[in-house]
Amino acid sequence: MNGEKSESVIDRKADNRELLTGLGFGILFGFLLHKGGVTKYDVIVGQLLLTDFTVIKIMLSAVATGMVGVYFMKSMGWVRLSLKSGSLGMNIVGALIFGVGFALLGYCPGTIAGAIGNGYLDALTGGLAGILLGTWIFAILYPKLKKGILKRGEFGDLTIPGLLKVNDWVVIVPVVTLIILLLLLIERAGF
Amino acid sequence: METTISVLTETAWSPYVAGIGIGVLSWLSFLISGKPIATSTSFAQTSGMIEGVISGRKAGERPYFKKIKTRIGWQWMLVLGVIAGAFISALISGDLQTNAWVPPLWASAFGDKALTRVLAALAGGVILGFGARFAGGCTSGHGISGTLQLAVSSWISAIFFFVGGIIAAHLIFHVIA
Repeated sequence: MNGEKSESVIDRKADNRELLTGLGFGILFGFLLHKGGVTKYDVIVGQLLLTDFTVIKIMLSAVATGMVGVYFMKSMGWVRLSLKSGSLGMNIVGALIFGVGFALLGYCPGTIAGAIGNGYLDALTGGLAGILLGTWIFAILYPKLKKGILKRGEFGDLTIPGLLKVNDWVVIVPVVTLIILLLLLIERAGF
Repeated sequence: METTISVLTETAWSPYVAGIGIGVLSWLSFLISGKPIATSTSFAQTSGMIEGVISGRKAGERPYFKKIKTRIGWQWMLVLGVIAGAFISALISGDLQTNAWVPPLWASAFGDKALTRVLAALAGGVILGFGARFAGGCTSGHGISGTLQLAVSSWISAIFFFVGGIIAAHLIFHVIA
């Protein structure tokens, strides 16, 4: 009885710590999103209209930095990857639908939280309500979608090095190089 | 110390500084929490919790809500933190918006009526939320955290987020407007 009690106290402490670290990561993430300018509709839609390349610059530099560090830590045995499994139906059709919403709303789930913090009221009202409604509609339709389109062309939680059956770094080095070249090209084009 | 503070109160940083910062943040979230930064599941959990409040116990019984577990966890707190972090940054840099209903770019094409913009944001939000759960992630979960892990599902998603977004934005601003 006593043992059980102290265990549940420890569990709750671990839970609280997890919630607090989540909050901490969120505060830093939101701070960086605002400083990067992507809590603003004009910057996001400017990217989709190909007049402002802030979003791509942030994403690609985050991806290149993150990739090198996370794979280094993986090779040291410090971290494990956390991959999303997928299918062509899920990832192509779902992402195209997402893209249409992205263009009309002008925020995505992460940046809308940032936009709300920044004080944008279209994000707080219509945008937030819409996203909640959209995820709820998906939850209603999920049992039907699960057996159909979401299963079409299933490939699981595959990585690119896994697909090509090569060492991780054989993919990382060229991908990071390409990202840097692409960013240099964007800068040189004057964006 | 003065220079540190003045950096924090600048409205905008170089996108590369912000991007590299987010990359470093992703190292720490893997190392400390064992999780990638992601946001869209939290919106689905919230919609499940709202359904639960409105209709009693039914929401948790939907297979999808059972799968993602409608509870407040690490990621849900992260999304709450994003609101707080952006608020802090906006506040200390004098960029906190008041009465900002219609973004300037939207107003330039569709006028400055708040209702039109709110309805468009509502419709866009429905499509975006549905698409995010359909694809199993959004611009953070797939677009940053998944691509940096070289996940095939995330690279496909990230590419088609922008294919769909670029086509739709051009239609909205150059055909409909």
